[in-house]
Amino acid sequence: MNLRPESLVYELSSPGRECVSLPACDVPPARPPAGLMRDALELPELDELTLVRHFTRLSQKNYSIDTEFYPLGSCTMKYNPKVNEAAASLPGWRNAHPLAGDEFSQGSLEIIHSLQSWLCEIGGFAAGSLQPAAGAHGELSGVLIIRAYHEARADHKRRLMLVPDSAHGTNPASCTMAGFRIKAIASDSEGGVDMAALREVLSGPEGAQVAGIMITNPNTLGLFDRNIEAIAAAVHAAGGLVYGDGANMNALVGILRPAEVGIDVMHFNLHKTFSTPHGGGGPGAGFVGVRSDLADFLPGPIAAKGEGKIAYRLSMPARSIGRLKSFYGNFGIVLRAYVYLRMLGPEGLRAVAENAVLGANYVKALIEGTYKVKYPRRCMHEFVAQGDIAEGVHTLDIAKRLIDLGFHPPTIYFPLIVPEAIMIEPTESESKETLDAFAAALLKIAEEAKESPELLHAAPTTTPVGRLDEVAAARNPVLCYRR
Amino acid sequence: MPYIAATDRDRKAMLERIGSGSVEELFSDIPASVRFPKLKLPPPLSEMEAMREIEALASKNLSASSSAWFLGAGAYYHFIPAVVDALSSRGEFLTAYTPYQPEVSQGTLQAIFEYQSMAAALLGVEVVNASHYDGATALAEGLLMAYNAAGAAAGARDKAIVCADLDPEYKDVLRSYVSAFPIRLEFLDLPPEAAAARSDESTFCVVVPYPSFSGTLGDIAAAAASAHAAGALLVAHADPIMCGLLKSPGELGADIVAAEGQALGNPMSFGGPFLGMLGSSAKLVRKMPGRLVGEARDSQGRRGFVLTLTAREQHIRREKAVSNICSNQGLAMLRACIYLTAMGRSGMRKVAELCWSKAHYAAGLIAALPGYAVPALTSRQEFFKEFVVLTPIPAAEIAQKLARRGVVPGFPLSRYYPERTHELLVCVTEMCTKGQIELLARSLEEAAE
Repeated sequence: MNLRPESLVYELSSPGRECVSLPACDVPPARPPAGLMRDALELPELDELTLVRHFTRLSQKNYSIDTEFYPLGSCTMKYNPKVNEAAASLPGWRNAHPLAGDEFSQGSLEIIHSLQSWLCEIGGFAAGSLQPAAGAHGELSGVLIIRAYHEARADHKRRLMLVPDSAHGTNPASCTMAGFRIKAIASDSEGGVDMAALREVLSGPEGAQVAGIMITNPNTLGLFDRNIEAIAAAVHAAGGLVYGDGANMNALVGILRPAEVGIDVMHFNLHKTFSTPHGGGGPGAGFVGVRSDLADFLPGPIAAKGEGKIAYRLSMPARSIGRLKSFYGNFGIVLRAYVYLRMLGPEGLRAVAENAVLGANYVKALIEGTYKVKYPRRCMHEFVAQGDIAEGVHTLDIAKRLIDLGFHPPTIYFPLIVPEAIMIEPTESESKETLDAFAAALLKIAEEAKESPELLHAAPTTTPVGRLDEVAAARNPVLCYRR
Repeated sequence: MPYIAATDRDRKAMLERIGSGSVEELFSDIPASVRFPKLKLPPPLSEMEAMREIEALASKNLSASSSAWFLGAGAYYHFIPAVVDALSSRGEFLTAYTPYQPEVSQGTLQAIFEYQSMAAALLGVEVVNASHYDGATALAEGLLMAYNAAGAAAGARDKAIVCADLDPEYKDVLRSYVSAFPIRLEFLDLPPEAAAARSDESTFCVVVPYPSFSGTLGDIAAAAASAHAAGALLVAHADPIMCGLLKSPGELGADIVAAEGQALGNPMSFGGPFLGMLGSSAKLVRKMPGRLVGEARDSQGRRGFVLTLTAREQHIRREKAVSNICSNQGLAMLRACIYLTAMGRSGMRKVAELCWSKAHYAAGLIAALPGYAVPALTSRQEFFKEFVVLTPIPAAEIAQKLARRGVVPGFPLSRYYPERTHELLVCVTEMCTKGQIELLARSLEEAAE
C-alpha cells in the first residue's frame, strides 16, 4: 500500500498547466451569446505526468481482488478475468451506439440474446431481461412485475410483501419504491424462514393482501433453506408470488435451478456470480428471470430472434412494467458475463459452485473451534461467525486487525440477526494456501484478543490512515473541496 | 481450469478437514430430485477461441470510429484521452468493492470526493453524490427527491410538471419510477419557462431539460423563478459537456440537477454502463439518494475520506430509506473524475467551444441545402451540439441511404414519434472534422435528389 499522503487534484493544480491537447478549430469559430456563457470553471489544471502519478498513487491506497484476498460475505469477490476486459475494449463494443438500429447492432444483440437465454437456462426461467443496471435495480424490476401481475388480475389489494428478517436492506427498500408495505418474517432456530410464522400471516387477516415473499436462498447466513418448496407452496396457495434474491447464486449455479423449487421471479447479479468487476462500487448489472406467465411484464426492451438479415431485434414485452433505465442495460458488463460463461461451459459453471461451497466449509472447519458459528450446519458458499471472542473485543476490531495482516475484512455486522456477525465468503477463486493463511490469521487474532487486545484496538496501523471519525464526518459534512 | 485454484489433491485434503466424503455431499440440503441439473449451455472455449468469437461478433456492429458520426440522442461520441483507460483499468480500482472499509479504500474514496468536487463545480451545485445508473434514473431519483423534500407524501403537492421535449426514454423511466407513488406527471409541450409558469400549489417540482431533446436551450432562470414563486423545486437535466462553456443549471437556479455523465470519458458501449450524475443545494442533502463521500480525520489528525450520511441509505434504513439504490457507477464515475482532471479548466471549455462551433457550422451548411431547413436557426433558438433538421424525404430513408456510404447522419425522430417522418436530429461533437461535416452536407443533398 502507498502510505504517503496524497494531495487532492485541486491542491496539485497550477494555473496554465494542461494535460490534454485538443485540435484547433477547423471550422469558422462561433460563440454563444455572452448572456449564456459561464464564468471561469473551477476545475484543476494539471500536466499529464502529475495526473498519472496522482491516480496511480490513489489506486495503491486500495485493497482489491487483484492484490489481496477479499472474503467479503454476500459480495462474491471472485477473480475478474482479464480476458473479459480485453474483450470489452474492442472498438466494435466501445463505439457501438445504442440507437444505431438493429441492422447495425447485430453483434450486441446476439450477445444480449445469448446471455438472456443462458441465464434463463441456469435459473430455469422461461424469459428474462438484462435491462436492470444492478442487483437492487433487478429487485425493483421483480417486485414491479409482481405488482403488475396482481394488477392485471384486478387483485388490487395485494400490497403486502413478506421479507425474512435476515434479508438484505435492498429488499425492503425496493418494496417501498414499488409501493408495497413490508412484513418481516422471523427466522427459525436453523436460520431459515419460520414456517409457523409464515403460515400464521398467510392464514391471518392480512393473508389476502400478501403479494408475495422475497426469499434469499441460500439465505444471508449462508444456509440453504430446506423448506423452500414448502414456503413456495404455502405462498402460492395463498395467492402470492415468490421472489428470489439471487445475491447468493454463486452457491447454486449448475447445482439447482431456482425455478424448479418454486421461485417465480428472480434477479441475478452479474457482478457477483458472473465475474464482472465491482469497480469500487459499480457498475453492476442485473438480470431478472421469470416464469412463463410473467414474461409479458418484463422490463424492456429485450433481445428477440428476428428474421432474415436481421437475426436479432429489440423487442418490448407486451405488458412491460416499462423502461427502468435508458437503452438496454449495462451492455459493457453483460458482455463480460457473456465471455465468462462462454469460457466456463456447463461443467465449469458447476465446478464454480462446488469449489465455492467447498472453500467456505473448509474455512469454517478451520476456525469454528475458536469463533462461534451460530448455526453449526453445513454452509453453502459463505458462513457467519461471531466476533465476541474476548472481553472488550468486537468484530470491528477483528476486521481492522485483519487489514494489518494483509487481508480485506469479511462483511461485518450483517446479517442483523447475528450479534457481532462476521460473514465470510471465500469464493472458488482462492487457493487452499490462501484459505489456510486467512484462517491462520483469524486464529492468531483470537490469541491476540486475549493476550494483547491493544493490537486489535489500535488496528489498522499499516494503512494510509487509521480509523476515521465517521461520527464527526457526518455531523459536519464536508462533501466537496473547499479552497 | 484457470479460474479455480484448487486441485484434486487440495479438494481431497479440504474434504478430509471438513469431514465430508465428497463435494456432492456438501449439497445434501438441496432437494435431490432437482439437484445437479444438466444445463444446456454451449461447451467451454479456450481464451483464444473466445476472443476470436468475440472479435467476430464485435465486427457485426457499426462502430462510430469507422464512420462520419452525427448520431447522439442520449449517447454521445466524444474524445476520451488515453489516460482515462490507462488509469481506470488498474486492477486496484477495477477489482475493489464499495469502500465500506475506509482504511483500505482511500484510493476509491478520495477519487469519489474529487469527482464530487469537480462535478459540483461543473453543474453549479453544492453537493453531487457518487452517482446513479444513468442520466434517466438520476433524473427519476431527483424527481422523487423533490417529492420527499416537499414532504409531499403528507401534503397536497402531488404533481410534477415535466417539459415534454425531454428524451422519450427518460420520460418512460420517469413513468416507471413513479408508478407506485401517488404522483401525477404532467407533460407540457412548452419551453421550460412557459411550462414552469404553470406551476401551482399542487406542484412539487418542474423538470426541465438543458438542452431539450431536440437540442434547444430554454430560459432556465425564468423557469426557476416561476417554480420557486409557486413553492416548487426546479429539477434540471443537463449536458455536462455543455456546462464547460455555458452557465450551469445550478447558477441558473435549479435546486436539483441530474446529468448523463457518459460523455465525460465513458465510451457509448451500446448504451451502458453510463453515469448518472445527481447534485443539489446543500440544504437538500439529507433527502439525497445514493452514496456520499465526506472528509474525515483519524486519531492522529490525518485527512481521510469515508462514506457519510449513510442514515439515508437502504443498508441502514431498509424500507424507510430514501431509495433502494445500493451500488453506484464506481468505475464510470472514476473515468469521469480522470476525464475532468485531464481536461481541466481550459480543456472543458475548449471541447464545448468545438462542439458549439462545429454544430453551428453544420447547421448553417444544412440549412442552405435545397429542401432542408433547420428550425432552430430560422426561429433564432439557441442550441449547443444537437439540432433538428427538416428533411425533404423521410429521415429514416436518408439514414438508410447514407449508412451505406459511411455517414451516420443523425437520429430519425420517427423512431420515437411515428408521425415525425421528416425530422432528423443531428449531433455534432468535437470528433467531427470539417471534412466530415461537409461530407454530411453533400450526402444529404445527394440523398434528396
